[in-house]
Amino acid sequence: MAIIDIKRNEVPIRENRLGAVTGYVGTIGDLHERATNCGVGNRERCFTQASACSSGCCQNQLGSISDALVVNHAPVGCAADSVAGNVNFKSGARLRGLDYTNVQIISTNLEERDTVFGATDKLRDTILQAYERYKPKAIFVTASCVSGIIGEDIQSVLNELKEELDIPLVPAFCEGFKTKVWASGFDAAFHAVLHGIVAPPRSDVKSNKVNFVNFRGSARKEIINTFSKLGVEPVFLLQHSTVEEIRRISEARATVSICGTLGSYLGNGLEQHYGVPYVNTEQPHGISGYKNWLRSLGTLLEAEDAVEAHIAAEEARIAPELEEIRARLKGKTAVIGMGPSFGHNYTRVLRELGVEVLWAATWHFDQNYDHGEVPESTKRLAEADESLQVSVGDQQNYEIVNLLGKLKPDIYVTRHGGSSVWATKMGIASYMITDEYAAFGFNGILNFGNVIIDKLTNRSLARKLAERIKLPYSDWWIAQDSFSLLNAEGF
Amino acid sequence: MTQIIDQVRHVCTLGGLQSVLAIERAIPVLHAGPGCGQKLWGAIGLQNGGQGSGYAGGHTVPCTNATERDVVFGATDKLEEVIENTFKVIDADFFAVLTGCTSDIVGDDVGDVVRRFQKQGKPIVWAETGGFKGSNFIGHELVLAAIFGQYLQPAAGKIPGLVNIWAVVPFQDPFWTGVYADLAELLRAVGLTPNVIFGPGGGVTALDRVPAAQFNLLISPWVGLKGVQQLEERFGTPFLHYPVLPIGPTETGKFLRAVAEYADLDRNRVEEFIKEREDHYYHFIERAAEVLLETRFLPRHFTTITDSTYGLALAKFLVSDLGLIPDRLYVVDGIPDHLQEEVGEYFKDLGEGIGAEVLFTPDGGAVQKELRATKFRSRPLILGSAWERTLAKELNGFALSVSMPVSDRLVFDRSYVGYTGGLRLVEDIYSAIMSDFQ
Repeated sequence: MAIIDIKRNEVPIRENRLGAVTGYVGTIGDLHERATNCGVGNRERCFTQASACSSGCCQNQLGSISDALVVNHAPVGCAADSVAGNVNFKSGARLRGLDYTNVQIISTNLEERDTVFGATDKLRDTILQAYERYKPKAIFVTASCVSGIIGEDIQSVLNELKEELDIPLVPAFCEGFKTKVWASGFDAAFHAVLHGIVAPPRSDVKSNKVNFVNFRGSARKEIINTFSKLGVEPVFLLQHSTVEEIRRISEARATVSICGTLGSYLGNGLEQHYGVPYVNTEQPHGISGYKNWLRSLGTLLEAEDAVEAHIAAEEARIAPELEEIRARLKGKTAVIGMGPSFGHNYTRVLRELGVEVLWAATWHFDQNYDHGEVPESTKRLAEADESLQVSVGDQQNYEIVNLLGKLKPDIYVTRHGGSSVWATKMGIASYMITDEYAAFGFNGILNFGNVIIDKLTNRSLARKLAERIKLPYSDWWIAQDSFSLLNAEGF
Repeated sequence: MTQIIDQVRHVCTLGGLQSVLAIERAIPVLHAGPGCGQKLWGAIGLQNGGQGSGYAGGHTVPCTNATERDVVFGATDKLEEVIENTFKVIDADFFAVLTGCTSDIVGDDVGDVVRRFQKQGKPIVWAETGGFKGSNFIGHELVLAAIFGQYLQPAAGKIPGLVNIWAVVPFQDPFWTGVYADLAELLRAVGLTPNVIFGPGGGVTALDRVPAAQFNLLISPWVGLKGVQQLEERFGTPFLHYPVLPIGPTETGKFLRAVAEYADLDRNRVEEFIKEREDHYYHFIERAAEVLLETRFLPRHFTTITDSTYGLALAKFLVSDLGLIPDRLYVVDGIPDHLQEEVGEYFKDLGEGIGAEVLFTPDGGAVQKELRATKFRSRPLILGSAWERTLAKELNGFALSVSMPVSDRLVFDRSYVGYTGGLRLVEDIYSAIMSDFQ
């Protein structure tokens, strides 16, 4: 296991740090076995479609901190995702009843001459203008393909400016070409936080906080309520948190995450450096995941009795409705297409609902998390059904469309935009999980089950759309094996 | 001082990929980083009037997804492989290879790769659109230049009355589909045969017809001028450059008369059409007079934070037909410096002897800062983007998102062009005002 180094200003990408792969096809048993032992070799593709890059994940995480600002050292197009980031940010504000504000992500607007002569002056000037305009509590500078290739010395600019501006100035290295795993951008953001914001715990402070790494936090009220039974208070990270709140996360009693992909780096970093324990179980989606997760947290907090009482009461409360849902979903089939943590967790959740998962495709796969172990959700899934068919691809829609055509599931359950639409265009019901708490715990599994029932009950949109549109693929491709353009390992 | 960009209102050159997608069954092949496509269509597509991936956009677009190795060693072999497999996997009629920053800095000879496919007779072109070259308005021009220069072939002869329409930049303008369709409708009504390249029903058939047109009609203050000049040079097709996108009766009448003059059309037919459509327009304006005059909290002044095309078009309409007064107007399309003076001139006559001062800047944050410091005597009407939703609240103004990013509206085939378009705009503005306090 590699120890997280928060003194360096840059975090290694997931391919190098976690053995992450973006090309694989096989079974969950094989994937788990090889990840545990000899390792999975990545398989490249000889045809690829536009995927996503780490900079989006990075700057939208950092940009969602209420009183921080992001300077993107890049041509204007790299800040294009601040538009979607802003929509996301406002939806989070709506969920929490906060006033609407815009995200603050400012481009240095690199142009042709900058690629020749460099643009550190431009970066310096942008930071000063940005500070003058918004007076943020911290400024993060996100790198780009251009700044990386022309070798911009971002750190030196920040060092110089430290004299002038009395706020943290932190680089975040998320050049798009460096990794195929866009989630590396989460690590870049959390590394920036660990490297430049988080302070060592104060010895005289006894905290009752638990860090909760998530996205928009729709289940905030439920979590506050449940955690109060354990005597702790959640701090939701990073969206809508403040720089001061983030400074203090080293004092928390534990860290948990709604997504293993998202939380691994910050959670393990805080554990390794400040002794804040990170809950490494599967994520709290569905019943067994939630129970294992809450029990693990309860043990850390020495609140086992409260946890057991909560679980017993909740389990009894939802039992009748859960049975009804299971009866209605009996015999239904699903295909999954999500990030690896959500994908392997939601496969388990669908199985809990009695839905047969025919295939679980994930957008990448981390062979281990930052604590050095194979993700718990993968391990549990392999134990439950080693023959489950899985694949890994950086959202290559041509593979997914081909696969859906062959498997013809009742529903395609997905996360990450631009995938569910293809199932719908094929007449297959689909559900994109936009809310990270869609199947959170006991309430979540009932909601999720009901959503699936609704989606299967009226498929008119999918059926009628599919009758009228043509897919953008050739007949030749549709007739091929779904993974025939995946090269052998090592090529 | 560095020209920073806070609150993006356009994207980079590679955003031209959406202009390819605007041609039915045409598809871009990106030789770029893995995230470029997603970022760009996310901003000028999905979060701009809810324009999704459609036939083959979004994550369907082939891309070499540049890696560290590609940046160090170059990646023309990889590009060749992806193009070859694109022909096998994707069902499309036309292909355009567009490069991103990585390829342009490293210096991959993309032209060499694409020419090999062109020699095999494949309908494919290439353009170097590395994002550092500028805005997607420029990207749109680069894509057109590539298509005009590498793909189009001279026609056997000109078809009398056939007119190619070049106007707003597809996707960047969330109303583009409606704009092209409505412009075509206007031309058809006065006796011309419009050839619309962008949008449903055009495709390669429309593209192939371009050199046969009697003339090219460019409706835009500056974007696309190089394109019609190129077509004149290559195919001898003359062009009419009309800077104002016509909204409402005054400007639409002027536009139709200008076209009639240029193309020597039947004046009676044109005047009859104008009369009929003006009657229709004023029927509703007469009916809505109470709303326009007696609604609570009516704005008297307006400002726009848009590209040049809409800044000019909206201001002309609001001044000429609705009796409103322009404050300072903001043009945020990153217009090249040398064109600012000429385009600024257009704003000096908005009708009724009223002109407006224009500030050119791509920095939306700076615009908002200025507006925060402005003293308004009535609740201001702000025609801008979704970025202005929070600002309008702060200023106690009215906001209508009409310019990228229009992430708060779903737009299909409506536009503000012509007589009906003017009515649509009045509906939208006054609905925003009426719903504000209810």
